[in-house]
Amino acid sequence: MGIEGIGARVLRKEDKRFITGKGRYTDDMVVPGMKHAHFVRSPHAHADIKKIDTKKAMAMPGVIGVLTGKELKADGIGNIICGWMIHSKDGSPMKMGAWSPLATETVRYVGDAVVIVVADTKGQARDAAEAVEITYKVKKAVVSAVDALKSGAPQLHPEAENNLIFDWELGDSKAVDAAFKNAAHVTKLDIVNNRLIPNAMEPRATLGVYDGAEDHYTCWTTSQNPHVARLVMSAFYNVAPENKLRVIAPDVGGGFGSKIYIYPEEIVCLWASKKTGVPVKWNSDRTEAFLTDAHGRDHVTHVEMAFDKSNKILGLKVDTVANLGAYMSLFSSATPTYLYATLLSGQYNIPAIHANVRTVYTNTAPVDAYRGAGRPEATFVMERTMETAARELGVSPTDLRRQNFVTSFPHQTPVIMCYDAGDFGASLDAAMKTSDYAGFAKRKAKAAKEGKLRGIGMSCYIEACGIAPSAAVGSLGAGVGLWESAEVRVNAVGTVEVLTGSHSHGQGHETTFAQLVTERFGIPGANVNIVHGDTDKVQMGMGTYGSRSGAVGMSAIVKALDKVEAKAKKIAAHLMEADEGDIIIENGELKVAGTDKKVPWFQMALSAYTAHNLPSGMEPGLKEGAFYDPSNFTFPAGCYICEVEVDPDTGTTKIIQFVAADDFGNIINPMIVEGQVHGGIGQGIGQALLEGAHYDESGQLLTASYMDYCMPRADDLPSYQVSHQCTPCPSNPLGIKGCGEAGAIGSPPAVINAITDAIGNNNLAMPATPLAVWNAIQAAR
Amino acid sequence: MYETNYHRASSVSDAVKLMKKAEDPKLLAGGMTLIPTMKQRLASPSDLVDITRIADLSGIKVSGKTVTIGAATTHFDVSTNEKLAKVCPALCALASHIGDPHVRYRGTIGGSIANNDPAADYPSALLAMGATIITDKRTIPADKFFKGLFETSLKDGEIVTAIEFTAPAKAAYSKFPNPASRYAMTGVFVVKDKDGVKVAVTGAGEGGVFRHKGLEAALDKKFDAASVDAVKVDAKGLMSDMHATADYRAALIKVMTKRAVAAAA
Repeated sequence: MGIEGIGARVLRKEDKRFITGKGRYTDDMVVPGMKHAHFVRSPHAHADIKKIDTKKAMAMPGVIGVLTGKELKADGIGNIICGWMIHSKDGSPMKMGAWSPLATETVRYVGDAVVIVVADTKGQARDAAEAVEITYKVKKAVVSAVDALKSGAPQLHPEAENNLIFDWELGDSKAVDAAFKNAAHVTKLDIVNNRLIPNAMEPRATLGVYDGAEDHYTCWTTSQNPHVARLVMSAFYNVAPENKLRVIAPDVGGGFGSKIYIYPEEIVCLWASKKTGVPVKWNSDRTEAFLTDAHGRDHVTHVEMAFDKSNKILGLKVDTVANLGAYMSLFSSATPTYLYATLLSGQYNIPAIHANVRTVYTNTAPVDAYRGAGRPEATFVMERTMETAARELGVSPTDLRRQNFVTSFPHQTPVIMCYDAGDFGASLDAAMKTSDYAGFAKRKAKAAKEGKLRGIGMSCYIEACGIAPSAAVGSLGAGVGLWESAEVRVNAVGTVEVLTGSHSHGQGHETTFAQLVTERFGIPGANVNIVHGDTDKVQMGMGTYGSRSGAVGMSAIVKALDKVEAKAKKIAAHLMEADEGDIIIENGELKVAGTDKKVPWFQMALSAYTAHNLPSGMEPGLKEGAFYDPSNFTFPAGCYICEVEVDPDTGTTKIIQFVAADDFGNIINPMIVEGQVHGGIGQGIGQALLEGAHYDESGQLLTASYMDYCMPRADDLPSYQVSHQCTPCPSNPLGIKGCGEAGAIGSPPAVINAITDAIGNNNLAMPATPLAVWNAIQAAR
Repeated sequence: MYETNYHRASSVSDAVKLMKKAEDPKLLAGGMTLIPTMKQRLASPSDLVDITRIADLSGIKVSGKTVTIGAATTHFDVSTNEKLAKVCPALCALASHIGDPHVRYRGTIGGSIANNDPAADYPSALLAMGATIITDKRTIPADKFFKGLFETSLKDGEIVTAIEFTAPAKAAYSKFPNPASRYAMTGVFVVKDKDGVKVAVTGAGEGGVFRHKGLEAALDKKFDAASVDAVKVDAKGLMSDMHATADYRAALIKVMTKRAVAAAA
């Protein structure tokens, strides 16, 4: 592997600029004549707009423009759409309500954008925003998805009767019914997967610049996928045709899913720039981020699992209601369906599965994919159910899992997915060994003497990454293909630029992707630059989410490297008068195998560009591009074990140890992978113990600041013990599976299984705050 | 933040003068509550009168058992003062857990008690120790000073200049922080002195900081954590919110009292 190649713990190249404050984020961008925007947002969760009066605001100092949705519509700017079509089980298409980037008739959640004010300074824009007079007729609001389905509930969109967006199913309900008839035992559980607010370190921001001379737009934005943003804004929102719209996502300070989507602000700032004739910058403040960033999770589920006499799983029935908020965000329909129900087989042989999912409008912020997206919800359902079943059946949770593991591959589940490789027992063994699972009883007894309640819990997760085979997702309703592109440019002196359609917003691509080049050509990582995040530089790409940049993004780079290597060998063979089949590349040199003939890499590159002596008919230059479309999902899997100690007096949970044993297939940079696992588990522990979005009955967000929304701090988290098992992924050239979301997917049920084990009450919802745990302890007494 | 005029007072009398001249002024000490509130546009004072540079207002004097702390003394200085640590380590410990290092370097004891946040730590210590609050006009005993949520007996423009108390024989503070804000969700300051035991509770009461007579009576009989077990702490009058119900706070009052007693004994 060399010191910088595949498998090396190369330090992150990008960190120098990040940790010295030299990163360049959207809000750092300054262009001549730039002005500042402030959005007037609805203070009500549900109201009709009776009147908007902008006269006073227009007269305020520094104000350049005060624009409404009426003007936006008049200019032909389209409504925001969801890009994944789901059909209900009766065959009808999902009921997408209109989402105008600026509300014109009705507001549907607190934070809904109504008016944009553009002024010389941020302060002036905000002052003028306060002078905009909007008359609302307040309507009754509904915030819970279950309540929204009840008769008599406030109705959000005329398109969606009873607030129901779709009523979708997957699997074979008849087979499941038959399986349950033969059951010796049925475990039933009601589960809530708590609503989360993403809280990327960098809040969303955008800078829209219209160039009248060229009739051209530039959009700087905090995006995980600038090309998708350009595609959607040109094809659906009618902002500008693609060739007249450049989207740049520079350094982005974390996304976690929330920066996949195209939000009203990008569209409105671009349009407002043309309308006012000045570049328009908007930067979300933290309160706006809490109110308007797409939230995650928010499922209510009833699950039943049937077992035979020997504790083999016979069937699984899942009924889920998913809250999608006030409007359908870009991928909101896919998250609780094809990213959720397709993983409900877990790591287990389950002959029959049926899942029913109803998605619902409520007067809350839109909900969409958030780190893990559907798979944490599926894993929580499966692993809480397995743990509960083991307790009910009086068998060890490890034995019950092991007995039902899928052990031969490929394995076709009843819910679409075909698992291609894995060794679930290996991860379980590793985690049990690291955590000294066998010694737990002793530790529990010792803790009991000190008045503390010890518990241990596990979670054996599997997820689907590397999204996704384009034809497959197309057949399931996706509006886009999910391939990736790459271009490898070898410069005349042999340095290399890799252009990728993936986008790095914390993942360390500039380091990891360069390791592929170093591995292949033996040139130092310092001579390799990764270029991403600009639609003028990279031709096309699908961006970064769903742990896809490794399995899909790097596979595209590998394909392009293959082409570069082939041409480089041809040139070298020609220079050395050797057969190209005899050329090997080692340590930055192209050598004729078995001889001492060699050409340095840079000299070969120079020859490609001087073109003085190339093989006959060969084009000059050395630059190759590739598109890679995966043939299957990838299936990272693993076992997490969490040991906790609960203070019965206060309900406080302390995590004593957290063990992660993951199979990500082959690994390019173990340090970065471990960092991803640490971060993911941190988010999972956050969901399990601390985080939860709360709306009151009227639709006001109670957790709209860090005073009330509890993000994990360093002292809330333990030191993790991580290890990797490896079954290489057979479907991509690097044999990698993806690691970005596993931590957040696998950890919540391990934590809750541990706490419920400690307190002897299985009825505990997330987040397991001290109050929730104390209440559960009281209830069990 | 709306526009405001900033003044740096050179003395207490200068501060009083500046306050009188302004239309809708606010005193600015550490600004740990005021500035974020202004940034959110929830407060819009016409003038800010900064009193943190007035030399007389900062510093800690210990004379025998008598402690005098200037109003503009930071939490950091209270938490690390060696003389104070000798006579009243409980107050140093309390100050060392307020907010985070940034807050402790800027936030002041005078600002904290004048704001009287129901979840602030200092009010419980001052009430339990029977401290005296000294202003530019008068002295106010702690039990007359703290009135309710964010409410004190301070008059408009009155400036807290110092806090004075006699260090108790035994004292300790035990706090259960709100998981999100890390303010006290329930904090109990226990004092045992020659005139008996005092138990002051912050973070829990609907009316702000209060003394719990039942706990005091039980601990007066025997100053031992076990004495708390038999005391009934009523949930009535306690705050209930998404982080803690009144019942839970009632339970926490007992647990925190026991821990404070154990630490003080």
